[in-house]
Amino acid sequence: MQALYAQLLVGLINGSFYALLSLGLAVIFGMLNIINFAHGALYMMGAFVAYFLLNLGGINYWWALLLAPIIVGIFGMILERTMLQWLTGLDHLYGLLLTFGIALIVQGVFQNYFGSSGLPYAIPDQLKGGMNLGFMFLPIYRGWVVVFSLVVCLATWFLIEKTRLGAYLRAATENPTLVRAFGVNVPRMITLTYGLGVGLAALAGVLSAPINQVRPLMGADLIIVVFAVVVIGGMGSIMGSIITGFALGVIEGLTKYFYPEASNTVVFVLMVLVLLVKPTGLTGRAA
Amino acid sequence: MPDTAIAEAPAKAATGGNILQVRNLEAWYGESHILHGINFDVNAGEVVTLLGRNGAGKTTTLKSIMGIIGKRAGSVKFNNQEIIRATSDKIARMGIAFCPEERGIFSSLDVRENLMLPPVVREGGLPLDQIFDLFPNLKERLGSQGTKLSGGEQQMLAIARILRTGASFLMLDEPTEGLAPVIIQQIGHTIARLKKEGFTILLVEQNFRFASTVADRYYVVEHGKIIDGFSNAELAANMDKLHTYLGV
Repeated sequence: MQALYAQLLVGLINGSFYALLSLGLAVIFGMLNIINFAHGALYMMGAFVAYFLLNLGGINYWWALLLAPIIVGIFGMILERTMLQWLTGLDHLYGLLLTFGIALIVQGVFQNYFGSSGLPYAIPDQLKGGMNLGFMFLPIYRGWVVVFSLVVCLATWFLIEKTRLGAYLRAATENPTLVRAFGVNVPRMITLTYGLGVGLAALAGVLSAPINQVRPLMGADLIIVVFAVVVIGGMGSIMGSIITGFALGVIEGLTKYFYPEASNTVVFVLMVLVLLVKPTGLTGRAA
Repeated sequence: MPDTAIAEAPAKAATGGNILQVRNLEAWYGESHILHGINFDVNAGEVVTLLGRNGAGKTTTLKSIMGIIGKRAGSVKFNNQEIIRATSDKIARMGIAFCPEERGIFSSLDVRENLMLPPVVREGGLPLDQIFDLFPNLKERLGSQGTKLSGGEQQMLAIARILRTGASFLMLDEPTEGLAPVIIQQIGHTIARLKKEGFTILLVEQNFRFASTVADRYYVVEHGKIIDGFSNAELAANMDKLHTYLGV
């Protein structure tokens, strides 16, 4: 039974990363109509920025949680201003190819300087150790990742669904020309939204660093699964991304317990089933 | 009559100061040249109607003034300020509000969010209670999804949301299109009341019977040019010409 709970926890942690990353992808797709294949590379950059901050600047994990998303978010905004904005109105394929190219370049540069092996990033002192819950042993850092990710996801959902700024974002997703004609600077809002989506990826990278180490290809390994999560949840759906992210992490964890051979493929099997039954995803909107 | 003379002649009859001056306005959709030098004026406090057949360039004229059309040339002055190169968000912040033909109600927003969406650009916008006084239906439907409203209610919402912003110059694109006669009448009363409140309105209409109940002056658009202009007092004398222009 302990093994089942342990796999459930692993599933929840993976689900946290899936949710944060797919949420960023959903925000970016919803606003920019871009399938951001660079998301995995930006997640990796978040982890590397945390690593640099610690090892070059002596800046600890807690500051890295704040600073890495801002730094990588600014990098994302520069990408949007200099490259992605020119793809407005073009087929999704152009954005996908461009961001795929960006991902390869970013990963290539990091791999060139840091190789493929992982760099260690220590768990902060305050989150070391674990708790015996009676039915299982819970490492505190892993519990923190799940709770913090959930809070960030819900805060992002609240921002988009329940605030005036979110109303601008949702309206601009439907008809950016009209929203701009109301007096809203839509291009600036798009840039900031891309920065927000990228910042979420970077935040996931920082959270992941103490668990998975810091590796140039850490995003490449994850991004394919995250895209499957987004397809299952529905492109552009905020709550869909969050729920599907956590749910698929748990399903993956349970599969590891009940039928480990299928644990790496269960998400893709589900993706195929969803695409066959509901091509727009469980909660997605039609293109 | 030369085109610029058409623009200026009837405007002189009006009382308010010149608020919008359009000169040699040209616009393109991609390679298609749509407007071929539009000239007209709107004075403060007037309701001016652009009449014309489908595809004449009326909507494109409004969109060009609003800065929505990418490629445009000529001169558009609002309160003596040139806006032909301004982006649409800056134009909106100068006090011009646009209500599009397709209404532009957002399906992901409820009625309240749709109503509150356009930012207030200056003081003097109508408070919500006054807006609900004009459109009582909206008050009862605040929690509904915007696109779940009837066509008439959506049109009311599309007009209501720009009244909050403080914009004093409203551009309404075919506000009566596809609506039942009783709703058209209500829209007419609303426009008349807005005029009394001091709003200046540039209206695009194909339904000139409706337009005649609210407009002070008319311009006829054909093939991307203003081909005629007259005041409401001259409407009866111009009916035959108007029938020919509009093909009715």
